[in-house]
Amino acid sequence: MPDVRDALIIGKRSDGSLVRRPLSPHLQVYKPQVSSVTSIMNRVTGVALTVGLLLMVWWLVAAATGPKAFAAAQGFIGSPIGLILMFGWTLALWYHFFGGIRHLLWDIGWGFEIQTSHRTAMIVVAATVVMTVISWIIGLAVWL
Amino acid sequence: MAQNDKLSVTMRQSALGRARGLGAAKSGVHHWWAERVTSVALIPLTLWFVFSVLSLAGHPQADIAHWVSQPIVAVLLLAFIIASFHHAQLGMQMVLEDYLHDEGQRLIWMMVMKAIIWLMGLAAVLSVLKLAI
Repeated sequence: MPDVRDALIIGKRSDGSLVRRPLSPHLQVYKPQVSSVTSIMNRVTGVALTVGLLLMVWWLVAAATGPKAFAAAQGFIGSPIGLILMFGWTLALWYHFFGGIRHLLWDIGWGFEIQTSHRTAMIVVAATVVMTVISWIIGLAVWL
Repeated sequence: MAQNDKLSVTMRQSALGRARGLGAAKSGVHHWWAERVTSVALIPLTLWFVFSVLSLAGHPQADIAHWVSQPIVAVLLLAFIIASFHHAQLGMQMVLEDYLHDEGQRLIWMMVMKAIIWLMGLAAVLSVLKLAI
């Protein structure tokens, strides 16, 4: 029995003979491009930030519970694992922040030209690095 | 252009269906629009939150409690929490819709995800209220 999906895949040549239409390459064999990679990164960082919200909730609940609980939360954030998580969190946050603004600009119809979109991708990456470094300079200066 | 004259589009929607503007998802553009609105709101709120928290790095609980006890801080914190959790929930919904193809699995994971985000958001809101009031 033929697959129903054939109805969408099989087309007709001008002489009337049937032809299987070419499929666009699947994700795994598609060459990564600036546009696709930066867009997927926006999603990945968004998921990471959602998981990272757990840390913020813990921080707030601990502060509301009392000094002892807060010291425990702060101790974890200050530990090597906590600092690595916080570094990843700031990196993801700034990427999603600038990547999100880029998506908003696309939403209003700006920046679709390939050159412009490559340039804004570079700006997003550069701004992410700069803001992550600034965040850590401020954070460490206050903390230490 | 001449051959395009023969092409036509058949509208399979009723006039009422078109007026409602709801597609297969039955919710129109609400999800998409809510994601944009929360993202715009989160631009200033995130900047404020991140630099406020950074300026409190390593400070004891009493300093945090004093900071949150200011009404403006409490209001902005609540706005940040509600906007970010709503935004997270909308984004995670899209991810589940894209990658979970089994209707039943998608339904279950959607509820689990929303339950976790709601509970986390409520815990965050309660904490702010407790410190602020």
